[in-house]
Amino acid sequence: MNCRSEVLEVSVEGRQVEEAMLAVLHTVLLHRSTGKFHYKKEGTYSIGTVGTQDVDCDFIDFTYVRVSSDELDRALRKVVGEFKDALRNSSGDGLGQMSLEFYQKKKSRWPFSDECILWEVWTVKVHVVALATEQERQICREKVGEKLCEKIINIVEVMNRHEYLPKMPTQSEVDNVFDTGLRDVQPYLYKISFQITDTLGTSVTTTMRRLIKDTLAL
Amino acid sequence: METDLNSQDRKDLDKFIKFFALKTVQVIVQSRLGEKICTRSSSSPTGSDWFNLAIKDIPEVTHEAKKALAGQLPAVGRSMCVEISLKTSEGDSMELEIWCLEMNEKCDKEIKVSYTVYNRLSLLLKSLLAITRVTPAYRLSRKQGHEYVILYRIYFGEVQLNGLGEGFQTVRVGTVGTPVGTVTLSCAYRINLAFMSTRQFERTPPIMGIIIDHFVDRPYSSASPMHPCNYRTAGEDGSGTHPSVEDSQEVCTTSFSTSPPTQPAALGVGSADLAYPVVFAAGLNATHPHQPTVPGKEGGGLPFAPSNQPAHGAQADQERLATCMPSDGAHCVATPSSSEDTETVSNSSEGRPSPHDVMETIFVRKVGAFVNKPINQVTLTNLDIPFAMFAPKHLELEDADPMVHPPTSPETGSPLQGSLHSEGSSGGSSGNTHDDFVMIDFKPAFSKDDILPMDLGTFYREFQNPPQLSSLSIDIGAQSMAEDLDSLPEKLAVHERNVREFDAFVETLQ
Repeated sequence: MNCRSEVLEVSVEGRQVEEAMLAVLHTVLLHRSTGKFHYKKEGTYSIGTVGTQDVDCDFIDFTYVRVSSDELDRALRKVVGEFKDALRNSSGDGLGQMSLEFYQKKKSRWPFSDECILWEVWTVKVHVVALATEQERQICREKVGEKLCEKIINIVEVMNRHEYLPKMPTQSEVDNVFDTGLRDVQPYLYKISFQITDTLGTSVTTTMRRLIKDTLAL
Repeated sequence: METDLNSQDRKDLDKFIKFFALKTVQVIVQSRLGEKICTRSSSSPTGSDWFNLAIKDIPEVTHEAKKALAGQLPAVGRSMCVEISLKTSEGDSMELEIWCLEMNEKCDKEIKVSYTVYNRLSLLLKSLLAITRVTPAYRLSRKQGHEYVILYRIYFGEVQLNGLGEGFQTVRVGTVGTPVGTVTLSCAYRINLAFMSTRQFERTPPIMGIIIDHFVDRPYSSASPMHPCNYRTAGEDGSGTHPSVEDSQEVCTTSFSTSPPTQPAALGVGSADLAYPVVFAAGLNATHPHQPTVPGKEGGGLPFAPSNQPAHGAQADQERLATCMPSDGAHCVATPSSSEDTETVSNSSEGRPSPHDVMETIFVRKVGAFVNKPINQVTLTNLDIPFAMFAPKHLELEDADPMVHPPTSPETGSPLQGSLHSEGSSGGSSGNTHDDFVMIDFKPAFSKDDILPMDLGTFYREFQNPPQLSSLSIDIGAQSMAEDLDSLPEKLAVHERNVREFDAFVETLQ
């Protein structure tokens, strides 16, 4: 099947990068996480409960909802922090993007390693602007808040098209579809990566890819 | 349309839609309470969370929703609507949004009720959680407090969008196809918030233009315990047996019954033949009143204690400000505690108003605080005393001491008159409180000889000095002093409560 791809763009001030990215990523993951599966006999399973919590942004007039999972939040904050640092240290125009990719693992026969098949990719392009006066910053707070509201509406619109989702797996297959490493929730398998664009508009060699499972100190 | 659906599926579907409607109302109302919502994830299913989402059930809201539904389900032409409106402290109100749960005729026969529909409804609820934070009314509801409150109303039937003003916008939260129709959830919201005073609804920039409290809790999250109360229009049945029906101008307080709401009888759990029986058995049992047996997941879930709002104010404030533990008292707390505090503080700082104070105040306000002109000129010209400009110069005083007291009004009588007459002897009395000058021979311009009791000269002499403070005059003074002393303990208590603020203030001065 084809991978579904969505692109969002935001223009933010330097100190708003983290919160804007977290808002988008958490909103997507809210929709792409379920409760923990507990398999029973005869191929049946029960699903745990997903809690939610509101997060107020400090630098943006905005509140987003995230899944109540501190592990997940920490993992996202870590990679978003790295992205923010990379943006700040880059010599470019403050252009970068983060990608949240959902994939399924497909077991291949030996000697081939498992395949990762992407089924949904969310790309958030960020343009960092520098503002001079406090008044501009205040206006930016509100404007970015409004923009993020629009992005959330876009995300929800995509989610509710009810397009392809991986089938619910059996117990043996669950790790090929879901990230079962978290204690309290179970998102679909995902990867987060980012790129910083240099002044030439091409991706620099500092593209970094990380599997979030590795970053979790399990 | 229903021929393809077996009876079990039909029952399940009806149940899903019913509880979806109830949960939708809960999410919407809770998002307008003015505070951050936080619920915990639980890895092991407790069997009490519909759609695998931890959404608390506020009993009053469930009660209202069930009342509105009256045993029916959303169907074509019969939508369930939640109206969110704003009401100011002056009594003006304005509709902000209408959330509609509608059903249309487009059916999806192929879809599996027990699995796909359920999961999609769960996804739709998550979308609703996200969208409720994104419409303009959310920020308004977070700032509700003394000036305005946010109210909700649930009705069933035709959607009424007239109250939203012109140019309202709509946002679709999502749709879920089912074998009996497509469930659609959307919101129509007002964008024209121009009302009476714009200051209430515009986003106000920070006073200094500098945001210095980035890492401090948002002010409104700790100071706005407002809750929507049940707001009934004239057309609704007014026989609200529920105590929170009254629509008072004060903070909307909700009180909860001590017993959990009665639930319909046990649900059919005949889902053993489904592929995911355990999921739905869990879901289907959710509404059973055996919820109290689920220990402590939600910090004591049902039943909620009835709230005596002022008494519980402070306590519940603390609960609410605590972590994600959804504590029951959180939702039933009223503003009065915080507003009362501020009121008493301000009262005590102003002191008890007395006629003297009032008049003094009025008089002082006539002089600009930072006026650079000689005060004497300003005071005299601003006062309503005829020929003030011609008063001789040695009547002028330094600084803020008012030169002449405005004419006393007859009602406020005794203290002033007493003090004035005690000094107002004609013939050159020296200024009693002001030793800087002595009046010797005063002949104001245009004055006639002393025949009438109150000629110009006498007038000037009598009113050139400020009146004696009531607290210093013997009879009234003693009385007011006694009252002052009586109120001292209260004032001390208030000041003790605010010790931290004072300390912080002192810190800033250093």
